[in-house]
Amino acid sequence: MNGLLAAPVAKGLVDASYLLTAFLFIMGLKRMSSPVTAKSGVIWAGWGMLVATLVTFIDPEITANYVLIVTAIFLGGALAWWTGKRVKMTDMPQMIALYNGMGGGAAAAIAAVELLGGETHSRAGVALAVLGGIIGTVSFSGSMIAFGKLQGLITRSLRFRGQQFFNALLLAVVVGLGIVIAVTALGVMASPATPAMMIAGFFGLALVLGVTMTVPIGGADMPVVISLYNALTGLAVAFEGFVLQNAAMIIAGTVVGSAGTLLTQLMAKAMNRSLGNVLFSNFGETAQAGGPVTGSMKPIEAADVGVMMAFAQKVIIVPGYGMAVAQAQHKVWELSQLLIERGVTVKFAIHPVAGRMPGHMNVLLAEAGVPYDLISDLDEINAEFETADVALIIGANDVVNPVARTDKSSPIYGMPILNADKAKNVIVIKRGQGAGFSGIENALFFLDQTRMLYGDGQKATAELIHAVKAIG
Amino acid sequence: MIDGIIALYIFMLAAFAGYEVIARVPVILHTPLMSGSNFVHGIVLVGAMVALGSAQTDVGRIVGFVGVVLAAGNAVGGYVVTERMLEMFKASGGKKK
Repeated sequence: MNGLLAAPVAKGLVDASYLLTAFLFIMGLKRMSSPVTAKSGVIWAGWGMLVATLVTFIDPEITANYVLIVTAIFLGGALAWWTGKRVKMTDMPQMIALYNGMGGGAAAAIAAVELLGGETHSRAGVALAVLGGIIGTVSFSGSMIAFGKLQGLITRSLRFRGQQFFNALLLAVVVGLGIVIAVTALGVMASPATPAMMIAGFFGLALVLGVTMTVPIGGADMPVVISLYNALTGLAVAFEGFVLQNAAMIIAGTVVGSAGTLLTQLMAKAMNRSLGNVLFSNFGETAQAGGPVTGSMKPIEAADVGVMMAFAQKVIIVPGYGMAVAQAQHKVWELSQLLIERGVTVKFAIHPVAGRMPGHMNVLLAEAGVPYDLISDLDEINAEFETADVALIIGANDVVNPVARTDKSSPIYGMPILNADKAKNVIVIKRGQGAGFSGIENALFFLDQTRMLYGDGQKATAELIHAVKAIG
Repeated sequence: MIDGIIALYIFMLAAFAGYEVIARVPVILHTPLMSGSNFVHGIVLVGAMVALGSAQTDVGRIVGFVGVVLAAGNAVGGYVVTERMLEMFKASGGKKK
């Protein structure tokens, strides 16, 4: 393959193609930011990736291992294709975490090859290789933990005293090792064995750091964490791009780094928490109830709820992660259609952090065929709860907890919530009486106008459909 | 060659581009967009290919091979997942006000 084109010509062609790729990526992301053009956006970006991958084969810097390269691409690509096609929509967040971790790992691998290879790099090159190596490795192991947590493989959040101190110490050691490696790489040739051992230790400890950083974070905060690791992987890719003098990597990595950082902030803001708070406060599972909640939870039968909704003027449905787990979105839409046929106004209220990612609920409802104009976000819908006859809560909890408005001692105080408690009747579909993901008691469940419909989201909704149909 | 100040220029402009692209995105597209940007950093594949293609030692080849496998997974998986998510938006897109 080499020698097909003279090296300078090949290099020029590669660079020109990368320019095209960068253009396609940015245009693709731009198109993805509007619902109308979103689908075409990913296709644009896909062409960019294809062009870049194919043209890289003529890069004069690739001198050997062609068989290995093609094998690896097919191996990784086929596995990801297979899993990506098979995964259920509700499991998307953890798949993003998984693929993101792979990207971080790849960036770390590049750093390792460059550092081990002993090629001469500029000072900035070596420093960035080390930095990208740390970030990529942490993103890799951190994302894998996030994947494990969301997939239910890791159910406990391991914590011990002085954990943050331990993490800080570990980070210091990793950075220290990184500096030593960088200095060795720049200095006179050291004995080849020592740096290799040191580099192995460096990456090993960075792996551990990613794990210990992510393990204590509660599942409710995982979306923010995944978004953060997404941004970090972008940054690591950009840094390794500098090392390899690869413009496509620099541009794409940086774009993702900044876009991802902004997205992370938006998500943290939607939960009314700072990023530092998410990473270091260990909220999510250790939080205690902000105060005693008085009253009791009052159960109700599906038939009664069916009547209540069928003769309502307006029903607002608040879906949450429970709907995703129960795969209830199709049933929920079926129920809504029945109600709409009866002349009931049905709206969906989506909290920015409902589910495991911003927009998670929208994706699921879109999958079920719910039209956009029935779906409202927090700002649009909150005033409407007062005029709603029924607020139907399906698998949502913390995002409708009025404690966030009233109880200063509550860990979620100040978080914007959906004012479902203002509705005339509140029906909560819930599997059991336990507290939500955050471990905080939900005052909404104890209100006078609230009734609990216990059961799995899908089954309970099916019963409601049955009940509404029975009215005829 | 991309070095020094030119690299910083690229870095700065790309950072602005990323910020602008995402600044006014409706919440409903946050997850697809996160997935889309996850796909875009799959470009790490080209770097992994170069790293493996220029590796001289066995260790380098092994690490490089793992790197390419991971990067290809990032790129392909990111694409498939994003495409599937956005497919659903297209399906109900006709109703968009």
